[in-house]
Amino acid sequence: MSLALGAQEQAVAAGHDGTAMAMRIVVESAALLGAPRLIPIASAHIDGALYHGDSGTLFAERLVEGGARVAVRSTLNVGALDLMGCSRVRLEEPARGMARRMMEAYRKLGCEQSWTCAPYQAGHRPAQGTDVAWGESNAVVFCNSVLGARTNRYGDFLDIACAISGRAPDYGLHRVENRQARLVFDVSGLSASFLGSEIAWPVLGSLYGREVGNAVGVVTGVSHHPGEDALKAFGAAAASSGAVGLFHIAGVTPEAPDAETILVGGRPETVIHVTPEMAAKARAGLSTAITQTAIDAVAIGSPHLSSAEFDALERLIAGRRLHVPIYACTGRHVLTTLERNGQRKTLEASGVVIVADTCVVVTPILPELAGGVLMTNSGKFAQYAPGNTGYAVLYGSLADCVESAVIGKPFFTDIAA
Amino acid sequence: MSALAEILVPGRAGEGEALVLTAPISFWGGVDPQSGRIADVRHPQHGETIAGRVLFLPGTIGSSSASAVLMELVHNGHAPAALVLHEPDAILLLGLIVGREMGWRTPVALRLERDAFAAYRGRRVSVADDGALTTAI
Repeated sequence: MSLALGAQEQAVAAGHDGTAMAMRIVVESAALLGAPRLIPIASAHIDGALYHGDSGTLFAERLVEGGARVAVRSTLNVGALDLMGCSRVRLEEPARGMARRMMEAYRKLGCEQSWTCAPYQAGHRPAQGTDVAWGESNAVVFCNSVLGARTNRYGDFLDIACAISGRAPDYGLHRVENRQARLVFDVSGLSASFLGSEIAWPVLGSLYGREVGNAVGVVTGVSHHPGEDALKAFGAAAASSGAVGLFHIAGVTPEAPDAETILVGGRPETVIHVTPEMAAKARAGLSTAITQTAIDAVAIGSPHLSSAEFDALERLIAGRRLHVPIYACTGRHVLTTLERNGQRKTLEASGVVIVADTCVVVTPILPELAGGVLMTNSGKFAQYAPGNTGYAVLYGSLADCVESAVIGKPFFTDIAA
Repeated sequence: MSALAEILVPGRAGEGEALVLTAPISFWGGVDPQSGRIADVRHPQHGETIAGRVLFLPGTIGSSSASAVLMELVHNGHAPAALVLHEPDAILLLGLIVGREMGWRTPVALRLERDAFAAYRGRRVSVADDGALTTAI
């Protein structure tokens, strides 16, 4: 199928300014993907403002020089610097300056200074059924699955190009027929105590991503809504171990009142019966540390912590002094609350390092430490920390992470799957 | 051995030793954007480099920043000599589309059936800008 553009889209693409460049990137992507047309979008979430090297800064500045501005509401994902000054980022010059220039360029393009990977908990919640262009794998999967808005997994640069042009390629998850499930991921074989535990969702997400790849599936066997933070953890883990852009949970997520409704033809092509052994293996696979005698740090907040998660953290620490630091990553939308209610002061007095606007796996914050061991309750941190920080990881619940940070050694409570 | 592959994103011709990945990879977090080394400790080709190689990719997973990592490798001279994928990758190939828009020299990206990848393992492969793949004996 060849791509048909409207007269206005063609006119914009033929120009020489930043808006023209953005439109050409959208058009080329649409052609590559076989999209028949472009569609208007209602909002964007931009993952492209994280510094990976000078090329991304030069691109953003080229758009600014060309006079481009976003045409729709656009929130920003994390950058490489903690602009709120809560934590110290060890990024040296000239990279530091280039990272700052990049963040500044996206501000000049008209993006909101949200700097969070959980924009959906910072007031950016597009309505069910609306087309949007979101980047960052966890934000994408949450937007599609939990909010029911429609986005593909927009890669860096296409997100801002869509935001400026106000258009996106009409393909993939924008089309209702592609949002139906082909497989069932049945967790009814797992114990109620495991499913009710905090680790269930990141562990199952990690398993789900590996099992389904980029297919759309529906999870069955979940008896009640596990809460938004659990769905956030499931999606983030699934989108880092696989290429998941949309999941459904029967009776929980908005497009799946029950499994039959969301399955193509009412029946699954494949059913994955999750066994306790599969869950146990997925849980073990989140850890890479060989020796389990000591830990050097705990990192939580991928995706960024909500206020409710900070409440749980404070409750679990219960005023104790930590032996190793807990790096707690969040956005400025939560930081404001923490400052207002005194939680920031209380947590920092215990030895928590609050990280705002960024996180410990995207920029150097953890001390450089050969053979370092990082404990986390995040399936996503567990996936990326070894490659990005050099630390080996140990995976455990938030409660276990806190106990381990207090004593400086790994502490695990057994939760049978 | 030779094949004529469909061009996914036009670019410069290249030649290099084939690197056939045996598992999908997340470029962000999986490939060092400064050097092209595979940094994902769980990946079967951990420690290999993609710089200057003809890279055969069975698929990509994970982060939507794959495009940024590939564009950075283009900009700093550590990109693969050519990329071979079994289907268009909506995220990764943006790194080439945007690199071209910036006026940088990007490697060609081709489409080839995944079953055909293994035959290129360990061989030196030339990729022409018309999509022709040939191996040196």
